[in-house]
Amino acid sequence: MAEFHIGLPLKESDIEAVHAGDYVYLTGTVYSARDAAHKRMTEALEKGEKLPFDINGSVIYYLGPSPARPGQVIGSAGPTTSSRMDKYTPALLDLGLKGMIGKGRRSEEVKDAIKRDKAVYFAAVGGAGALLSKCIIKSEVIAYEDLGTEAVRKMEVKELPVIVVTDCHGNSVY
Amino acid sequence: MIREVSCSLISKAIEEMCIEANLSLTDDVREKIVLAADTETGVIAKKILGQLVENMEIAKNEAIPICQDTGMAVVFMEIGQDVHLDGSLTDAVNEGVRNGYEHGYLRKSVVEDPLIRVNTKDNTPAILHVSLVPGDKIKITVAPKGFGSENMSRVYMLKPADGEEGVKNAILDAVKQAGPNACPPMTVGVGIGGDFEMCAILAKKALTRDISKRSEKPHIARIEEEMLEKLNKTGIGPGGFGGDTTVLGVNIETYPTHIAGLPVAVNICCHVNRHVTRVL
Ligand code: SF4
Repeated sequence: MAEFHIGLPLKESDIEAVHAGDYVYLTGTVYSARDAAHKRMTEALEKGEKLPFDINGSVIYYLGPSPARPGQVIGSAGPTTSSRMDKYTPALLDLGLKGMIGKGRRSEEVKDAIKRDKAVYFAAVGGAGALLSKCIIKSEVIAYEDLGTEAVRKMEVKELPVIVVTDCHGNSVY
Repeated sequence: MIREVSCSLISKAIEEMCIEANLSLTDDVREKIVLAADTETGVIAKKILGQLVENMEIAKNEAIPICQDTGMAVVFMEIGQDVHLDGSLTDAVNEGVRNGYEHGYLRKSVVEDPLIRVNTKDNTPAILHVSLVPGDKIKITVAPKGFGSENMSRVYMLKPADGEEGVKNAILDAVKQAGPNACPPMTVGVGIGGDFEMCAILAKKALTRDISKRSEKPHIARIEEEMLEKLNKTGIGPGGFGGDTTVLGVNIETYPTHIAGLPVAVNICCHVNRHVTRVL
């Protein structure tokens, strides 16, 4: 297990350097999107519309936070199960999505696309939402506000602890 | 003697219990996680368990929910037959959930229709299980349930000939399938017997029992202990990254069943096994 501190957006050299099982601290911009937002983004693509953020080079955090108390940046903010996004993910990877943060297994299609498109799938610790919220220093809803917790947020993270589950070399922890 | 109980008393209790359950775990679960963080031998596993301990502290001290999935509110109520309520019980429970999730800054995770999927924006309705019991008390257990682990739960309609081995295999199968998706270390609630829906309710109820205590039935206590050991040998480990700590507890509840059947439900819960009980 190697340890890395990596700035976002992810550089190709960083993606190539990390391997399944490595511990990584991420700093920079990530976008939150989960089930309902993925559905909407996919529908937007089908209609030839623009996505709410530039997917090329971006990192998505599969997250639906709890509401922030007054004075807090965000509420509890841990990962949700990634496999529910599998159906939508290969298309996003082909458009340049470079990183995903979630938890749990991915489909073979997603793993293949991670290799093909040179991306990386990270897991954050499930059920550690209070701790992880401390690493989010800015958060702003940028699309689909009506979805409540499932809205798309632009977030700045600082030293967010994640573990590489699937690397671009075709290796996976599980 | 009939005891009059006001519905607002029930609402208020449920409101407080929803918040309490989401900010701090029961001592039995907390102690297990702390112990595991100390004894775990896996490197990543130990790091993750350390984070879970830290997470519990932050949650409690800063009133940030332990997990962002603050669950669907499952409410068990045992109502004394001599109690009379001054209004609708269902409305009172939902009022409590609504206020708890709003005032406690908890996530609203319920959609109105399972196919149309529009958020109800107040986390109602609750899932309410009521039983009538002798007496004039009301016992309420609020158990907010996250769906990362709920999605990995299973019902197995086994045959009587499958016996104890079949039950053990079912539990092992469910935990293996859940793997990294259910935020291990998990807590496992098992219901054996009854019928299709009864075993599932028993499994959920089992999750609300103290994980440090074994079943009162010796043969069931033995299976609980055996499975605890066996499941921790699967090597799934915290977060699915390997290690000795895959499950924190295995609780089994039973009920009589039909001569032709052996229903088994395995309700998978994560380490965020939340439940609070009060008697009014
Ligand atoms: S499975 Fe449990 S710990 Fe994991 S996200 Fe859901 S509620 Fe939280």
